[in-house]
Amino acid sequence: MAEISIPRVAVTQAQAGAASAQSLIEIESLSLFYGATKALKNISVTLGERVVTAFIGPSGCGKSTLLRCLNRMNDLIDNVRIEGSCKIGGHDIYSPDVDVIELRKRVGMVFQKSNPFPKSIYENVAYGLRLHGVKAKSDLDTAVEKSLRQSALWDEVKDRLHTSALGLSGGQQQRLCIARAIAIRPEIILMDEPASALDPIATARIEELILELKKDFTIVIVTHNMQQAARISDYTAFFYIGELIEFDTTGKIFTNPSKKQTEDYVTGRFG
Amino acid sequence: MNTVTPPEYLPENSGDTARLTRHFRAERFDFGSFFFSGLTGLATLLILGILATILLNIIVNGWSAISWHFVSTIPKKDFFDANTTGVLPMIVGTSFRVIMMTIFVIPVGVITAIYLTEYAANTSIITRIIRAAVNNLAGVPSIVFGLFGLGFFINFVGKNLDTVLHNTSAVWGQPALIWASLTLAVMTLPVVIVATEESLKAIPPGLREASLALGATKLETILKIVLPQALPGIMTGGILAVSRAAGEVAPILFTGVAYYMASLPAHLSDQFMDLGYHIFVLSTQSPNIEQTRPILYATVLTLLLLTFALNIVAIIIRSKIRRKMRSLH
Repeated sequence: MAEISIPRVAVTQAQAGAASAQSLIEIESLSLFYGATKALKNISVTLGERVVTAFIGPSGCGKSTLLRCLNRMNDLIDNVRIEGSCKIGGHDIYSPDVDVIELRKRVGMVFQKSNPFPKSIYENVAYGLRLHGVKAKSDLDTAVEKSLRQSALWDEVKDRLHTSALGLSGGQQQRLCIARAIAIRPEIILMDEPASALDPIATARIEELILELKKDFTIVIVTHNMQQAARISDYTAFFYIGELIEFDTTGKIFTNPSKKQTEDYVTGRFG
Repeated sequence: MNTVTPPEYLPENSGDTARLTRHFRAERFDFGSFFFSGLTGLATLLILGILATILLNIIVNGWSAISWHFVSTIPKKDFFDANTTGVLPMIVGTSFRVIMMTIFVIPVGVITAIYLTEYAANTSIITRIIRAAVNNLAGVPSIVFGLFGLGFFINFVGKNLDTVLHNTSAVWGQPALIWASLTLAVMTLPVVIVATEESLKAIPPGLREASLALGATKLETILKIVLPQALPGIMTGGILAVSRAAGEVAPILFTGVAYYMASLPAHLSDQFMDLGYHIFVLSTQSPNIEQTRPILYATVLTLLLLTFALNIVAIIIRSKIRRKMRSLH
């Protein structure tokens, strides 16, 4: 199985990366309410630059909600209220002077369900570039090729760039969504269970890709798959019913967690 | 051949096996089911029958009276004479008012639908009032729209326009092509709004999220992702509106239709002749019913063909858009 060869290497990389990480995202006593329901309770955590941080925890624990705080996608939902602060590069992204468009340009996102636009492969990747003012065809061509190469899709699609993206397989579509996200050169990529709808081989390719992208981007990934978190992440945060239970290097969380709940979850006793 | 031995708990040839077999055989005549399937079949036949009777009657009787001369002639004052009459001005008038109505109703309907689905909060009082207004608008009798057109467009908008433009005689403050088209646009507005809303709602929310997450504004997302996807649905709304409006007479009765005009309408403020209204005139005003009957049939057939043609054009455009969306370039 393609999956099994990755983890050992990944964990060593993780520990190597862990030592040199600089903080990029600082979340301080952040709480989020859906109406009267408190979905996130007083979360404080600092995430490093150019590392992969995994958010794990049972369904409904708030890990996706926290992820969507980082590019303010929760703004789109009515009745959401946020307390506390969330700083990216030292800047509070919830302060009134923040341009959400600029924020989302710097913090890209890949969704659980691959959602390519019903346009051509080329136009999917070029969409964000065009939005942000890239007009010259040669610039677009170069950026599209670079992004597709970086998302390990170029060789598979280079001969059919102008055919519909909807003709790609599920795994290819998800890699196209990654290409689309990195085309506008964000600093951070948020991934919300990016491989949960894919088969093991497509999942392995996405995981390889994430390890590759780590060199250039800061990645925060939500996953339900514990092995996946162990294989690809440098740091892991464990959430339970809206609370951050434990945050540490992935090696520590999976081999020697300090909280009982974390141990129960990572060993599969509940979740 | 394999023989199946009955399981041990059923003694061979016992009464139990016999009863089980019998249980699956239809013994009673299922009257309810027979009655209901018969009823639905009859209802279908009835509808097909009515449609076939109408169409056959019109085609058989109208086909012999319709001719190139008939559809290309501007009639002299006496349009009850089968040899000299024609329906060119009515074809032109009906086509013009339908096309102009489409030009008015599509933008307003689409923008309203975008507001309702993309911007308005679903639970707010204003949204609920707008939705209720749209639904009620669909239920207003068409003659009421005609009276509204007369009162609002002609007597209010038109008359004031004349005053502002210092026209000495009524130019805009009288029945005209533009007022009839606008009245029809108000009437068909709900159709376009509802069809557009449905097609907007059918677009996966993931596409909107993907666009917004790339740093697109809401407007960019609507213009570049949402609207192109919704285009076939909007076209469907347009087709329904055209079908409804082409045959309507009541809304144009006070707002623009003329009994007789010697020439084709050339200006937005001109009155026009109309196929539907002409059918009413032919069947009620003729001095000689027998002599007028063939013209009447031919006029009805012309109206059917025109409605059909307008629909076909819209359907062809829609399928072209769909094909383009599927193949991309």
